[in-house]
Amino acid sequence: MKRIIPVIITSVVGIVLILSVFFPMAQTIGEDFSLFFDIIAVFAFFLGGGNLVRIHIIKVYRKRPDWGFSIVTLTGFFLTLVFGMLKVGGENIATSVIAEGTVLKIIFDNVIAPLSATMYSLLAFFVASASYRAFRAKNREATILLIAAFIILLGRTPLGMALTGWIPESFSVLQIPNLAVWIMNGPNLAGQRAILIGVGLGVVSMSLRLILGMERTYLGSDND
Amino acid sequence: MTNIGSIISIVGVLIGLLIILIYSLKGRDIDRRVIFLFIFLSVAFAILFNIEFKESPTPIVRAVFDKIENMPPGSRVLLSFDYDPAMKPEVGPMANSFVRHCMAKGHKLYLMTLWATGHALMIESIEEVLKPEFPDAVYGTDYTSLSFKAGGVGVLNVIVTDFQKMYPTDDNNTELSELPIFEGVKSATNMDLILPIGGGFPGPKEWILFIGDPGNVPVAPGLAAVVAPQIYPYYPKQAIGLLGGVKGAAEYESELRQRYPQFQDSEATALKMMGPQTMAHIVVMAFIIIGNISYFRSRRKNIDA
Amino acid sequence: MRKGPVIVVAVVAVLFIISLISRMSGVPEGTSTFESLASAFWVTFAAFLTLAVMSFLYKDNPFYKFAEHLYVGVSAAYWMCLGFWTTLVGNLFPRVSETLSNWFEVPYAGFHPHYLIPPALGIILLMRLSPKGGWISRWALAFIVGTTAGLNLPRFLRSDFISQISSTFMPLFVQWQGFGHFFSNLSLSASGQLVGMLSNLVIFVGVFCGIIYFYFSKEHKGAFGVGSRFGIWILMVTFGASFGYTVMGRISLLVGRLTFLLDDWLGLIQ
Repeated sequence: MKRIIPVIITSVVGIVLILSVFFPMAQTIGEDFSLFFDIIAVFAFFLGGGNLVRIHIIKVYRKRPDWGFSIVTLTGFFLTLVFGMLKVGGENIATSVIAEGTVLKIIFDNVIAPLSATMYSLLAFFVASASYRAFRAKNREATILLIAAFIILLGRTPLGMALTGWIPESFSVLQIPNLAVWIMNGPNLAGQRAILIGVGLGVVSMSLRLILGMERTYLGSDND
Repeated sequence: MTNIGSIISIVGVLIGLLIILIYSLKGRDIDRRVIFLFIFLSVAFAILFNIEFKESPTPIVRAVFDKIENMPPGSRVLLSFDYDPAMKPEVGPMANSFVRHCMAKGHKLYLMTLWATGHALMIESIEEVLKPEFPDAVYGTDYTSLSFKAGGVGVLNVIVTDFQKMYPTDDNNTELSELPIFEGVKSATNMDLILPIGGGFPGPKEWILFIGDPGNVPVAPGLAAVVAPQIYPYYPKQAIGLLGGVKGAAEYESELRQRYPQFQDSEATALKMMGPQTMAHIVVMAFIIIGNISYFRSRRKNIDA
Repeated sequence: MRKGPVIVVAVVAVLFIISLISRMSGVPEGTSTFESLASAFWVTFAAFLTLAVMSFLYKDNPFYKFAEHLYVGVSAAYWMCLGFWTTLVGNLFPRVSETLSNWFEVPYAGFHPHYLIPPALGIILLMRLSPKGGWISRWALAFIVGTTAGLNLPRFLRSDFISQISSTFMPLFVQWQGFGHFFSNLSLSASGQLVGMLSNLVIFVGVFCGIIYFYFSKEHKGAFGVGSRFGIWILMVTFGASFGYTVMGRISLLVGRLTFLLDDWLGLIQ
């Protein structure tokens, strides 16, 4: 029973949503199921938050290594939660939760935004380091990759035109920016499309397996 | 001052690269932190000395510009802010350019987001671009903003048939039926153009799959560079054009400035970024070349030995 | 306390004062001292967090750990707040309770009993937090998986399979007006006929050969092997293009952060 009910739920919901594309009478049910999905997604946020709190409380309680930083996580979490849930700084209860002037917006602008943006910007440094250490033209395939990357890197800056702008109009495809555009619209499009078709088929077959109950790994083991 | 600064920084970067090349040729290992510092300084100098270039739009960007330009005033344009602060430097300027262009053309603008983090950035665009630059624009008639909703593709699957079912109210808790801008709008398929901006999930790809294709609505995505190549297969049938990364944003800004002189003094963030961007590209390419030179040299030495 | 962190704190404090002075001198009229101070504090705090994350490039350190842990906690709560106010208050309460709708000042849409299902499934999902009730959370998970599968199947089939194949069958002779016209206008112009034809040919052959490369049920020998070989070259160009774009994207993020530090924080750019 622990496994049969979830499989039935998956199949019924999946089939109804597929039918809703083809039959107008099933459209309303399709919309309702989508809305259910949206509402459950919020509970998934709560699950994520709850899990985070549980892990960090355990860490503090058992005084695991770096437990002091868990207090930072918990403090940040609860302060933001209180300010956001109570709409502190908002004009009234009907104001947008993230309106200008709310404490949640201040937290977003000055804590979430710089942290999130800087975390990803670190990748620029690692890309630079990798380009010095890892990108070697070891064989023909790697050389093709590097040449394509070079053309794109040059072509997507004004430098490409500065270097090859002298090439006459009748050979203008050889100007690096035009070559970059051609690569993107020609070989890149072809390669990406081949991947897309493969991935698309993969998603379709996996969805079918899930709906038909052939794929059950998402249910975990019986011991869970 | 700017020119002298630019020359000094370019010369400085070149000397630095030469030193790294000499060190590499001697077979010495260069600490990764030196590489980090080098890229940091070369970008910082380019920002400080404000190195700027002119841009002209490529056909794929021009297709988006011309679509907005040639639609009759009052057309319905949906702009979705599906990005976070991490993507903002490259796609934020696209959103601002689209807002400026659509408002200048007199289109009706529907702003929304599928990302929680995009909600704050949408408000930022309204407060910093739309309201100050278009003080006559009336909320609810010329533009509107809808709040974030959880669920991603679930949201799209509802608005493709029924907008009000997903959004009973706008971001300010006003019922959609009270807003004149929603007269005649039953679903997202009533839009004349959809401009999804982002680069993650859910994002422009989902707009094409869930709204553009089934609803036969033109979609013109603004994309973070990382995902831009993956969206090319949808061009030109499923996406009428696209803006890829900061370069796409800069091309759009440049065309907007050229066609609409009133935006000459507006902030052109992407155009400003192209200077540091170019400098960093040169450095990365130089690193690849230096790395390969030292690799082939050491390989030849090994073969000779 | 070790020397390193003390120096970092001292540098940040000095920069805070610089930022404060730069901010207080350039504030619009009518801004109070408190507002300037608050603005300088927040921007310096944001800059401190930026530098704290960047300090990871040197090596892992307590400042980075502080920033990382703060990010995780604050983000999780932010998503919860937005989810609650926009989706639960905006979409669930108006369909299940008049009292809650009035309390949150959202228009009541009438009682829809079937809308009690998603909160029930949501609570079931939260049972995952309990050590013994985890198994029942599979019901909610099954609903999520079923919805995703049901939504994806027709869309991917239409947009990523059928449409992609139909888009690949393009005319190989672009704007064809006969051989005479073709040879008299022969050029390698980027907007010319030859380049257009070449693009369409590369797309058609490239997609076909790319798929051949991914087909592993037949040995890649003979004509099939040639196709596979061309396929991998096309894929290498694709990966090269992706690499170029990835570098571009990552650099843009760095430019964004440095612009924040140099302009928004220190006001060094005119």
